[in-house]
Amino acid sequence: MAIRYDIPEYEVLRDPQRCIACRVCERQCANEVHSYDPDTGTMKSDETKCVDCHRCVSLCPTHALKIVRNPDTLRRNAYWTGDTIGEIYRQAETGGMLLSSMGNPRPYPVYWDKMLINASQVTNPSIDPLREPMETRTFLGKKPDRIERNPDGSIDLSNLPPQLELQVPILFSAMSYGSISYNAHESLARAAKELGTYWNTGEGGLHEDFYKYAPNVIVQVASGRFGVHKKYLEAGAAIEIKIGQGAKPGIGGHLPGAKITDDVSRTRMIPKGTDAISPAPHHDIYSIEDLRQLVYSLKEATEYKKPVIVKIAAVHNVAAIASGIARSGADIIAIDGFRGGTGAAPTRIRDNVGIPIELALAAVDERLRQERIRNNVSLIVAGGIRNSADVVKAIALGADAVYIATAALVALGCHLCRTCQTGKCNWGIATQRPDLVKRLNPDIGSKRLVNLVSAWQHEIMEMMGGMGINSVEALRGNRLMLRGVGLTEKELEILGIKHAGE
Amino acid sequence: MQNEGKIRIPSGCAISGVFSKSGERFDGETVIRSIVPMHDRSNGLGGGFAAYGIYPQHRDLYAFHVFYDSVRAKDECEEILRSGFDIEAAEKIPTRKMPQITDEPAIWRYFGLPFDKQLQSTGFDEREFVARFVVKINSSIPGAYVFSSGKNMGVFKAVGFPEDVGRYYRLEDYAGYCWTAHGRYPTNTPGWWGGAHPFSLLDYSVVHNGEISSYDANRRFIEMFGYRCTLLTDTEAIAYIVDYLNRRQGLSLRETADVIAAPFWSEIDRMDGEERRRRTYLRNVFSSLLITGPFSILLGFTGGMMALNDRLKLRSMVVGEKGDRVYVASEECAIRTVEPSLDRLWSPRGGQPVIVTLNKGVRV
Repeated sequence: MAIRYDIPEYEVLRDPQRCIACRVCERQCANEVHSYDPDTGTMKSDETKCVDCHRCVSLCPTHALKIVRNPDTLRRNAYWTGDTIGEIYRQAETGGMLLSSMGNPRPYPVYWDKMLINASQVTNPSIDPLREPMETRTFLGKKPDRIERNPDGSIDLSNLPPQLELQVPILFSAMSYGSISYNAHESLARAAKELGTYWNTGEGGLHEDFYKYAPNVIVQVASGRFGVHKKYLEAGAAIEIKIGQGAKPGIGGHLPGAKITDDVSRTRMIPKGTDAISPAPHHDIYSIEDLRQLVYSLKEATEYKKPVIVKIAAVHNVAAIASGIARSGADIIAIDGFRGGTGAAPTRIRDNVGIPIELALAAVDERLRQERIRNNVSLIVAGGIRNSADVVKAIALGADAVYIATAALVALGCHLCRTCQTGKCNWGIATQRPDLVKRLNPDIGSKRLVNLVSAWQHEIMEMMGGMGINSVEALRGNRLMLRGVGLTEKELEILGIKHAGE
Repeated sequence: MQNEGKIRIPSGCAISGVFSKSGERFDGETVIRSIVPMHDRSNGLGGGFAAYGIYPQHRDLYAFHVFYDSVRAKDECEEILRSGFDIEAAEKIPTRKMPQITDEPAIWRYFGLPFDKQLQSTGFDEREFVARFVVKINSSIPGAYVFSSGKNMGVFKAVGFPEDVGRYYRLEDYAGYCWTAHGRYPTNTPGWWGGAHPFSLLDYSVVHNGEISSYDANRRFIEMFGYRCTLLTDTEAIAYIVDYLNRRQGLSLRETADVIAAPFWSEIDRMDGEERRRRTYLRNVFSSLLITGPFSILLGFTGGMMALNDRLKLRSMVVGEKGDRVYVASEECAIRTVEPSLDRLWSPRGGQPVIVTLNKGVRV
């Protein structure tokens, strides 16, 4: 056997005093880390297979397990780190591209954490959300430029293009059936309905069981066109054209055949067991005028009754691209930053392509205002929204609403082990294996999602009240409510905010 | 220390307004007396008045009131003014020297109309042409500031207590059917004349008490439509919002109030079908013009006056009536001082506009 150069990243610490050899860990681990040795009556570990998903730790009835980073160290080197060397060993062994999942984990600047929120003192009262109405309802969609009147003088209400009404400015972002499980989709769908917001099918079509959640679904049309048909388009509250994804701007997707089960095959309308490959570009969109044609094709197909969202990854020229999209007939632009998650992406792309969503959002919002077309579109931002403070900051920078996906999966039990691409998700989320899928109970999953978003909503209301703002619409683009800390002049200029103390 | 216009300064205030529905013209003494008992609501860093019906001899001409910090600013401004307008009269605004009022700029007024040719070449209607002219002067000529630009109305303002400002401008010599007044309590300012209220564009004038928390959301939206918020004050933003909604979008004043002090969604959801749809439409389409935070405003316009509180009524404001006169003020004492026996006195609910207009057939 050839020598394996790479060392296991994690070590399984099993407290022999606590372990009762009940073999729960063995049954729970789809990666087959744990095994029972009948000779000694004890459990053993194969740490080369461990992804640190913590399933075994969470389920061990005697708390006998800990997963820790392997303290074994290569000779220290600030440049050639252990991770870097390990990746070279793997590539030298396999000759393949490195694959990863979820968002960019590298220590790039987090601008959310360098912005602080204002509060009222003396000159202006803060408002207590327990005593006064505090509004988080918002509408997404193009607004008419001019008021028109009926012959009787009343306002003509019919010139308003289709809108999405959200009770809270948070939507669940696109995750396809195939990349995540049936039970994960059901959890998202039920939570969106209960919360008065929307979930997004991703590019894998809409399972026939979930058409009953159609009033709260955004159906996606991506470059592979998987699962796209008339009924699907008509079902959605809105249609999203996916041009790019923050985790992997500029490239397509690849769902391995192993995940194309009967159900996934039927929903995606592709043969069972075949790889589902989404091309990098849409092959009918090589330019902005082509995008316009697709936008209007979809509008024609659905009789102009549904807003069309165009989703792009945050890349260097994002402001100009967004400006083009705002003039292409799109009703809503979704921008996905480089922290955005994925079920699988080439590691180098995930970690090195795209820009932070905070800067992209600030640039796009300002550009659309300079061009006086901000009212032509609503802006949804995505890609690493972690908590309610991020939401408040995003809206104050200029977003109408945010998409969350990683946070939603974490609510469902995801431990961010970042190995979705293996399809062996022990938490029943990013897998199609029936024995794993059933671990995620949609009753509990949807409840946890509702809890998460409701908790954030309360926190948003509390922060808004502190600022003396009682409607989320008065927070949108209200950049005076933000101050930067530790940012350069250039960063402040791009974010359009002042430094703390100014 | 930065001057106003470079930095945003919050301020508290006192407001007062008197309106004659029959169009009877009365001098500025009434409104000056009404604001005196609210002396402690200002701190001497700004006072001002708007008066309607005061220039009957020039009723069809735009009256521009301008502050100049330098001769050069005056020359530059007059050059632009004279190239676009047929100016019928130009004069210094009469003032009274007083120890309480210091650092006065040169204060001029001009009466005129845009040249027809100029109007036609731009394709704007007359009011749009004038509004653009005012925004242009105020944002591009340092040291020149047009603070009043309506027909048959005028704004008078300065750094000082409002009662002193009124005497300084000799308001006893003017007669109008509508007067509004303002005393300012800025929290932190070296005091700049342009920063005092009222803030005015065309015949709209706004006096305002409050600090709006939605300021930057409102400002960044309204600036898409050619306005430039050079003062960074709430009042300026409110005046532009009213101009945009009422003049440019053609919303009625009541509809304008429905946008800027919109009912809560919980109230809208309880309304019946058509009204619910109408309110939802207005809130949705103009969502960025919703004003949050405390405010009480008095909007003056040709032939009328509107009083409006924020939707939570976070600032005091009362309305009184006696005969054909309508009084609005931050405090009841301001009204009782000038009219002790009122027919009616009430405190309007938050977000409920009180709109008074001249009786039918009255010409001013």
